[in-house]
Amino acid sequence: MSLSLLFYCVAAITIGSAVFVVLNRNAVYSAIALVLCFFSLAVIYLLLEAYVIAVLEIFIYAGAIMVLFLFVIMLLNLGKEDALPNLNYLQRATSLLLVLLFFVGIFIVMIGDQGLLHQPTEQFLAGGIYPLGEALFSKYLLPFEIASLLLLVALIGTVYLAKRKV
Amino acid sequence: MDLLGFTIILVKVLVVFAATMLGVLVMIYAERRVSAFMQDRVGPNRVGPKGVLQPIADGIKFLMKEDLVPEKVDKPIFILAPAILLIPALMTFAVIPFGSSINLFGREIALQVADVNVGVLYILALTSISVYGIVLAGWSSNNKYSLLGGLRSSAQLISYELAMGLAVVSIILLAGSLRLNDIITDQQGSFFSWNIFRQPLAFLIFLIAVYAETNRLPFDLSEAEQELVGGYHTEYSSMKFAMFFMAEYANMITAAALTVTLFFGGWDVPLLDEGSLGLFGTLLSVLSFLLKMAFFLFLFIWVRWTFPRFRYDQLMRLGWKVMLPLALFNIFLTAGYLTLKALG
Repeated sequence: MSLSLLFYCVAAITIGSAVFVVLNRNAVYSAIALVLCFFSLAVIYLLLEAYVIAVLEIFIYAGAIMVLFLFVIMLLNLGKEDALPNLNYLQRATSLLLVLLFFVGIFIVMIGDQGLLHQPTEQFLAGGIYPLGEALFSKYLLPFEIASLLLLVALIGTVYLAKRKV
Repeated sequence: MDLLGFTIILVKVLVVFAATMLGVLVMIYAERRVSAFMQDRVGPNRVGPKGVLQPIADGIKFLMKEDLVPEKVDKPIFILAPAILLIPALMTFAVIPFGSSINLFGREIALQVADVNVGVLYILALTSISVYGIVLAGWSSNNKYSLLGGLRSSAQLISYELAMGLAVVSIILLAGSLRLNDIITDQQGSFFSWNIFRQPLAFLIFLIAVYAETNRLPFDLSEAEQELVGGYHTEYSSMKFAMFFMAEYANMITAAALTVTLFFGGWDVPLLDEGSLGLFGTLLSVLSFLLKMAFFLFLFIWVRWTFPRFRYDQLMRLGWKVMLPLALFNIFLTAGYLTLKALG
């Protein structure tokens, strides 16, 4: 019972910080709010007894990726409030449409085929790292390898762009 | 959970917290005395016998100083930053076992606050969080030196965390678990079953990365007082400044404890079965853990007054071009060995 209360508190923090990320015009504050969002997501994973995912969420997203984000924001000195350009109406309409589409998609999935929402199996509920590793290197090997290829492509692209400027 | 179990956990939390804080005080004293010894000086010797009360005098001085917040700083973040640095530093010790188990009130109590099955990952995750304190302190100070210190620190973290994580992976491969207790059990037995003898390369990489993670010389580029005044903490005064230092020493204590746990058998006393000796065995295991930790804390100070600071490009080159490939090579070797062993 107290756990569900905890869930609602954490969920409120997650959504609140996510809204803050979007609405705030100071890029550094947005980045910090995003870190807070990742932390509360990690707590939600903990409540689902997915310990490995929770720790990885903090380790990789909050600990590594957001540090890089912050690094770039500070280097470009985007902290000033007027640094962000005002979007024109076409851009606003497009983004609104895309957000609506996204939520409609989630809604359809939720009321439609419940099987699309993967329920954790008994094996996963143990929260250990073995089932995760086993699934990653057997059942989901192809997506895993494709994801690594995608990262490699991004890496090569970055090096190419950086080389051309020098 | 029953009341007794809850009380036991509360006591353990308090003990670990108090011990860490006491360790910080001891380290402040030790740092000043040992550095004085290495530079052929006397060091603080006026407050109390041999100057042992000097850290307390320092603490009172910090409290009495004016807590200055400069005019053009980003106030909320400026005030928050020292806390962001200190809290993860104090949280990390929760998963480190500091002794074998003890029998009290008819139940077996493990000398560890939380036995998490992803213990190693928990520590790596929290240490990667603490960099936010430094980065945000540097940014919010609205000062070029501070900003440079913060930027250096975030770039440094990214370069060294990978090598450190990969060095730990080879230990995890050997133990077959992320739980710190399993890693200690894996190292029990003879003297040579400690991981430093089984994984010397991983130990070297881990040790170097630890110095970069804790921002200690030769990798203290984010402070670098000769070029950046004080780096990220230039604008801080009073207790906020003290919090940065408490965090640095708390991080060192955790790093030493982690090194001992991963590579030196944790609380293990070689060639001895602690469980058979009852309470005496437990005391012996705690003592062995503390002694090993003390050596690594001393090493931190020793290294500080022995090596000059790395230049920034040297640090990056060492991290990406030397330590990362070596760590990957080490994983390859370990995995190959384990595969061959499994094949028979």
